[in-house]
Amino acid sequence: MNILSLILILCASLFFTGIVIRTKSILSGRKGPGIFQPLKDIWRLFRKGAVYSQTSSYIFQIAPSIYFASVLIAIFLIPVGNHPGIISFRGDFIFFAYVLALGKFFMIISAMDTGSSFSGMGASREALYSLLAEPAFFILMGSFALLTGYSSFYEIFSALHFGSSISYAVGFLAAIVLVIIALIENSRMPIDDPKTHLELTMIHEVMILDNSGFDLGLILYATNLKFAMYGALIANFFLTPGYEWYYSIPIFIGVQFVFAITVGIIESFMARFRMNHNPQYIFMLTSISILIFLGVLLILGKIA
Amino acid sequence: MNVISAIIIITIFSTLLLTMVNEGWKGNVALITVLVNGVISSSLAVPALQGVFFDQVLYGGNVIGQIPIRVDALSGWFILVMNFTVVTGVLYGRQYMKHYENQSANLTLHFASYMINHVAMIGIYCIQNSFAFLCVWELMAISAFLLIIFEHHKIETLKAGINYLIQSHICIMFLTFGFIWVNSFTGSFDFNAITAYTSSVSPAVSFTLFLCFFIAFAIKAGFVPFHTWLPYAHPVAPAHVSGMMSGVIIKLGIYGILRVLLLIKGDFMTMGYFILVISVITGVYGVMLAIIQHNLKKLLAYHSIENIGIIGIGIGLGCVGLGLNNPFLAFAGFAGAMLHTLNHSLFKSLLFYVAGTVYQATHTLDIEKLGGLIKKMPQTSTLFLVGALAICGLPPFNGFISEFLIYSGLFKGISTGSFFSTSFLVPSVFGLAIIGGMAMLCFTKAFGIVFLGKERHLLPTLIREAEFQKLFPKYLIGAMIIIIGLLPQVFVKLVTMPVSLFLNEYNLSDQPIEFSRILQWVSMAAVLFILLCLVMLLIKKVVTKSAEIDVAPTWACGYALPSPRQQFTANSFVRPFRKLILPLLMMNKKEGEIKGVFPGVMHSETHPYDKLEATLIDLPLMHLRGFIGRFKFLQNGNPQFYILYGVVFIFFIIALPLFVNAIVYVIELIKEIGK
Repeated sequence: MNILSLILILCASLFFTGIVIRTKSILSGRKGPGIFQPLKDIWRLFRKGAVYSQTSSYIFQIAPSIYFASVLIAIFLIPVGNHPGIISFRGDFIFFAYVLALGKFFMIISAMDTGSSFSGMGASREALYSLLAEPAFFILMGSFALLTGYSSFYEIFSALHFGSSISYAVGFLAAIVLVIIALIENSRMPIDDPKTHLELTMIHEVMILDNSGFDLGLILYATNLKFAMYGALIANFFLTPGYEWYYSIPIFIGVQFVFAITVGIIESFMARFRMNHNPQYIFMLTSISILIFLGVLLILGKIA
Repeated sequence: MNVISAIIIITIFSTLLLTMVNEGWKGNVALITVLVNGVISSSLAVPALQGVFFDQVLYGGNVIGQIPIRVDALSGWFILVMNFTVVTGVLYGRQYMKHYENQSANLTLHFASYMINHVAMIGIYCIQNSFAFLCVWELMAISAFLLIIFEHHKIETLKAGINYLIQSHICIMFLTFGFIWVNSFTGSFDFNAITAYTSSVSPAVSFTLFLCFFIAFAIKAGFVPFHTWLPYAHPVAPAHVSGMMSGVIIKLGIYGILRVLLLIKGDFMTMGYFILVISVITGVYGVMLAIIQHNLKKLLAYHSIENIGIIGIGIGLGCVGLGLNNPFLAFAGFAGAMLHTLNHSLFKSLLFYVAGTVYQATHTLDIEKLGGLIKKMPQTSTLFLVGALAICGLPPFNGFISEFLIYSGLFKGISTGSFFSTSFLVPSVFGLAIIGGMAMLCFTKAFGIVFLGKERHLLPTLIREAEFQKLFPKYLIGAMIIIIGLLPQVFVKLVTMPVSLFLNEYNLSDQPIEFSRILQWVSMAAVLFILLCLVMLLIKKVVTKSAEIDVAPTWACGYALPSPRQQFTANSFVRPFRKLILPLLMMNKKEGEIKGVFPGVMHSETHPYDKLEATLIDLPLMHLRGFIGRFKFLQNGNPQFYILYGVVFIFFIIALPLFVNAIVYVIELIKEIGK
């Protein structure tokens, strides 16, 4: 049954961006496209031909596939409730973070491969933001390692149960951190506006300006997968052990749904930050993680 | 004939032979000598790694006394790590030096120094008599100096070389001080005297002794703030020497610290925290400065500092583990540190060799001038990419494995430790994570600007792929990088023996097994990842088989004639980051003023400088120079004066006891009056 999480995440990824877009269109009073429109777009891209830049080399051609594979393998590591991921070992979240970083490394250099100044700009920002977000994730996982005494996704999540009021606060903060990390990793509001039409203010979109056809489809679908993956991580906070699958699957779906709507709401009501305010905002995540860490110390009574 | 005399005789013989053969053969002589010495020393190291330690005592004359030659597992591991890089170094250097075939005498000196340096390093790893140790250490320092100043007609090379020489000798000064300290209390030059001495004194005293050794070895290894020689010496040396220095010579410092930790009996907690703090600072500071460098080799040199920081975090973690009586932590820390020593020596030498190839092809190391090399040198570029991915610690390459071990240890320490220990370990996790992120920023910049895009500058020469002999050693290293990345469990078994030296009080059976089980999973995940990548590429190939593929210019927002100069530059790439950490940096900016309505040509220059170097080295040096300058009149070049100084000195020496006697007499007199 270890494949359960993979199946669930893949299913969630099919709906995720659709729900986000649907929420946005309802909130802005538009009719908006159907829930499956993003998937249809991707499907259309898969069947299209491609245009490659004269400047680009083989890096540009292999990068999207490697990026996609990195997201997939990261999903393999995610547990759902009682079921560990396909791969699960002590310290798997280190592998998780680093394999995602590998995908990002390739996307960054593929952006630079085109020789476009716009792509380079996006690449530079992406590299900076991911470097700032990285410590937050590790400190978050460190706090949970401290709380539970384990160091793998599966063990941490199955040992995690909330008792005191502080632990609820910690869980809430952790969910916030993960939501924001997901937004940063997927280059959504308020860090980056995926719908902007000005190259100078783009981050992720400008990196993939030159990608087309199958490659672009892969990159777009990887974004969906990443959303569903972070949604699954958040869902795991609420899947305490002992639940049977007929409880955990609805909870999982519910959390994904709420997450998608939250993203939609954030994107409808928030404006994008000025570019030079982004680092502060992202670095704030690390301080929240440190708060979580202190909270955990409080729970364990290591500081009084 | 024993092993030691064999190595010495072979080296002397080939040094003599080197002077007789013609230029084309000098490299080969060095290669054969290094190979033979490598095989001989490995023949001691391999059994040592399996637990059969080599122990022999030489008689070194009346002054030195007994010289114990001991090759234990720690020495064995370092000897093997060193031999690999030294061999690939000479394989590559032999080709690299073909550009300088007209400088016959210089070449002889260079290759002789190379062989002697190798032998001196073997000596450092084996000799456990402090007196003899200092001799080989000095030999190593001087031969490395000769290697660095190969291009000694350039003023900056000489400057960097002398900077290195002076700092090496400060290192030797601290070493000498430490050894004399121990010797004055025990009367022995044997390393074991350190153990004997430190188990008889209080922990505070042994910590001070440790500090003395640590500073000495930290200068060699390049821990901040003792790192300032490194970014000068690496860029000016020939590429294979930079690779070897970064891969091997600075690791002597790491070996020294580990050896001292093995010998000193003291409070491991304090030492561990101390090393952790210094290492995190080293790592973060090193990579921070690496990002803003625009000289490819200087960038790599700063990355060595960063990696020393990572190794240091491992060592610190190991010590904390020993202090906490937690064998898991200690194993993860020391094993991570030792594996990272190997890993760093691999990818860093690879990157330096590639930088050398780039330099010989383009005659520049300025990142801003390069670009688009991947189309002209595809193999070289791919090798750089492998090195870059490995140095960022990304799976499935070797850098990830050692960082993974250190991370696992840190998380384990966090989940089991006290408030006090976690307050050290969490910042270390933070440091390690941010080091990883910054390394990624740095190497996407380096790879992206140097190899991708279009040429940013009209280069004078025709650029071609390097010939096979130059690529071969790099492929060798690249293969090792991937093998370690895919089969980490094998290499963890290899370091079990050296690590167990630190953990001899514990029964080391569970940790290695547990780690090799975890690493088996890591290796599986890595293989799975590669397979997934291949599957994705295959799917892409199948799906897009019938699709139309077009080639067109890069999209430039509708602008039809983008020139290569419009590409993103390295400087702009790191600008957001630079702005962020501006208070910690020192950017010397030279900018002309804009004049008139139609301004003409403008120049703007930025030179990043090391703020720590400015405050810790340059400033005291300036004051020292100012102070010493007051006595310049003494140095007037007149022989009469020098004879006078001599006479004054002799007079002073004779008069001193008399003077002291007089004072003692006066004091006694006063005492008597006081009665």
